[in-house]
This record gives sequence, structure tokens and C-alpha cells, in this order.
Amino acid sequence: MTTRYTKDHEYIRVEGDAGIVGISDYAQGQLGDVVFVELPSVGKALSKGDEAAVVESVKAASEVYAPVSGEVVEVNSDLEASPGTVNEDPAGRGWFMKIRLTNPDELDGLMTEEQYQEFVKSIS
Amino acid sequence: MAEPAHINEPLLQTPLHAEHVALGARMVPFAGYDMPVQYPMGILTEHNWTREHAGLFDVSHMGQAFLVAEDKSHETVARALEALIPADVLNLKPNQQRYSQLLSDDGGILDDLMVTRVGAPGHEGWLYLVVNASMKEADYAHIEARLPKGVALKRKDDLGLMALQGPSAEAVLAKLAPETAALPFMMSADVQIDGIWCHVSRSGYTGEDGFEISCHGKDAPTLWNKLLADPEVKAIGLGARDSLRLEAGLCLYGHDIDTTTSPIEAGLIWSIQKRRREEGGFPGAERVQHEIRDGAARVRVGIRPEGRAPAREGTVITTPDGREVGIVTSGGFGPTVNGPVAMGYVAKDVSAIGTDLHLIVRGKPLPAKVAAMPFAPHRYKR
Repeated sequence: MTTRYTKDHEYIRVEGDAGIVGISDYAQGQLGDVVFVELPSVGKALSKGDEAAVVESVKAASEVYAPVSGEVVEVNSDLEASPGTVNEDPAGRGWFMKIRLTNPDELDGLMTEEQYQEFVKSIS
Repeated sequence: MAEPAHINEPLLQTPLHAEHVALGARMVPFAGYDMPVQYPMGILTEHNWTREHAGLFDVSHMGQAFLVAEDKSHETVARALEALIPADVLNLKPNQQRYSQLLSDDGGILDDLMVTRVGAPGHEGWLYLVVNASMKEADYAHIEARLPKGVALKRKDDLGLMALQGPSAEAVLAKLAPETAALPFMMSADVQIDGIWCHVSRSGYTGEDGFEISCHGKDAPTLWNKLLADPEVKAIGLGARDSLRLEAGLCLYGHDIDTTTSPIEAGLIWSIQKRRREEGGFPGAERVQHEIRDGAARVRVGIRPEGRAPAREGTVITTPDGREVGIVTSGGFGPTVNGPVAMGYVAKDVSAIGTDLHLIVRGKPLPAKVAAMPFAPHRYKR
């Protein structure tokens, strides 16, 4: 199991040929209280960088981009009723969607946990 | 995730800037000032705290100024201001406050403002104005260029201003200045709090009971911390100020009202008293009187999206069959309502409460209904 990050603060936790996508703890802190999450439909094909979901705080709406290409195989529908889970547990219960990777090589272009923490330090 | 762009420009600071930083506020540029958008508690909790207890807001960025008649006559200064705004200034009682708008010659709104007839002894012929931070330079220039001889504008950039809002506000302030508890809504008094001069008015912009307190900038941190020492009081940032005023159905200048909107379109007819409606004599009177008589072509309405998705400013409004009928001017999540709320302008024929509309959010039509405002009931102390 490996976790990779984008510079837009999405993470993907890869298990086998699929990955769980969410936003980082830093991102949820920057957003503030999440009040609404719009998830893609299961079966949707995403290319790396596509708008995959929308997360809205009290203040503003932000896009969540697909960290890699793949097909959406599952979404966290609990977020509809409890969007605040994204704040409480972004790496766990606050996940957004599960993607079946179509090009696992794309993971090599993403940041490791260590690289991401360095990146966050550099921008905060 | 897309992040907002940061613009590097020298930002002004209010007299309470160091207090915000010490409280761990997230500071953002707002109207040229470095202002707290939220404190560590977060916008949702701050919003709810204000509705249930008392929130303390730094609004020192707003413009505070006096209009002063040389002949010390209320009538002189009132008539000078009545030439610029549609409110009745003449019939203000000493210490009474009124909400109004600076209007352009075509009836558009240049800014909205609060006007108080100063009641302090020795200040006959003085009006106290509070204008929006983003508009103050333009407002002052506009006013000064139009004042008659014998009336002067004195800007008071050395004053601080804070708002104490919420159901506990009365009890909290009464501990420091007992006479404030008896103030009715939109009345003001000059009081001393441990030797600090304060001008206190029973007003605010959250829909809650509460006060706005002006004091000398040098005293503002002391007063702020005295109020914050009460366990009922928490510091509240601009984020919650916006969600509170949206739920209260109150306009934000530059969003819900601007030079393209008239006070009648904006539903602000209540702020134009009877004598002014009839007599006119203010900029744009022709349009305002015409719209009072025949109705405006579009009006500001409250909107409740039916799902959970907020519709933000700029969202296009259509009828269910796709006819474009308006635009959202403020929208977001209402924590007290526990759902999305919005306001915007729609064509007169689709403005009745309960009318079905669609909001075009990210290309998809979301069902919504025209709704009564305020979304959260006002709790002013009349």
C-alpha cells in the first residue's frame, strides 16, 4: 500500500489496481468546515487532472482533480449526509472515491508522503 | 484542489490587528485591510456561537466620519445629507440611527451606510456616518464634492469599531455599561467603560440583537479584551459575519447592491421614509418614485436550493423550462438553516414566494424555490 500526493493536495492510496482518493489534512484545514461534497458517478472515466469532485466549505467551492487516470468504481456516499467527515478524518472515513487505475505509471509523477510534507512546509 | 490566488499589496491594519494574530486568526486581504476571516474555532462554530451566545467582530476597517454644520443646526446638516441619500434625516431624534444608501443620479447605489444624529452635548448639527471599508475613499470624495458651504466632512480614521452580536450581548455589555441594556434597536448612547469613551449603538449586521461600539483606536485593544474576557464572548471572523448576514437577508455592498441596482429593486423601500418617497429631492428620485409606483422590472429575492449544494454568487437563475430570469448575488451554506441559502435578482413575474426556479450550478439545473427572507428570524430588540 502506497500513498501519493498531488501539488493540488489530493492523495491517492493505492491498493492493488485501485486507489482511494481524498484530500490531504493540510487541504481540509485550508478549506475550513466542509458543508457539501459533489461526487462523480460510479463508472465515470477520468483522465489525470480532470475535475473529479467538488468540495464546498462555508466560504467557497473547490475542485478536486483526478490524481491519476482511471474509472470510478466506488464513491463515499456517506459524505452526502456528513460532509464534515472530510474535516474530521480526511485520510480515513473522509475519502471521496475509489478509482481503478488505467495507467499506474502515472503514480511515479506524484509526490511521496515525505515529499508532500516538504512541499506543504514550503508553501505554508 | 484549486487555491485562491494571493495578491501581494501592502495591506492596512486595524487597531485590533495584533489581537487577531494573537488569537490565531487566519488573516486575509479584505477591502485593503489584513482581516481575520476565521479564528481556530472555524466558521461554522463561530456562526453558531453568535446565534447562541455572543460574537465579537472587528469592523474597524469600516469608514467612520462626521458631517458637521457650522451653524450647529440639525436642519442644516440633515438637509445637506438628504440631498445625497433617500432616508429622512431631518426627523431623526438625537442618538437615533438609520440605514440608508448613497445614490447616484440614475438611482444606482454608490454605497450603503448608517447615519446617526449625534446626541452628545455640544454636538448639535453633527451626524455620524459609517460606510463600507471598500468604498470609503470614493464615498468621502462623493460627499465632499456635494456639500453646501457651511457643512464639512470630518473623517475619523483614528476610531476603532467592533460589533458585539447575539442573545448574550445585552447581558455582557450591561456588566460594563449598565445603561446600554435599555437602548432600543437603532438608538445609541455615549458611555464610559472603565474610563474608555465609547459610542454604543443597538445595531449590527447579523440579524441578532447586539451593539456596535466605536472607541478611540488606541483604546480598542483594551475594550476588545474586556469584552472577550466574558466566557459568553468569542471573537468571530469575516467568514461567519458573511454567513450570518446572508441568513439575515441583509445586503452586502458590491454583491447584492451596487451602482446597477436601485433601492427598490433591492427591496430596501423600508429604508426610505414616507416624506422622502413623496417629496423626492435625492439623487435618482425619479427612478425610485417610478419604481415605487409601477414596480421594478427585477427584484431581490431569497432563494432556497432544494438539495444540499450551495449556489454561489454569479449562479444563473432560470425558470424550470430554461428561461433565464436572473442571477444569484450571494449564496452559500446557512449553518442556522442547516442548508444552502441564496439571494439574487429575478424578473418580477417569477419573484413570488414559492415560485419554482432552477439554479445552474456547474452546468446542471438544481431545483430551488423563491423563499421569504430573513432565512433566520431577526431578533432585534425593538
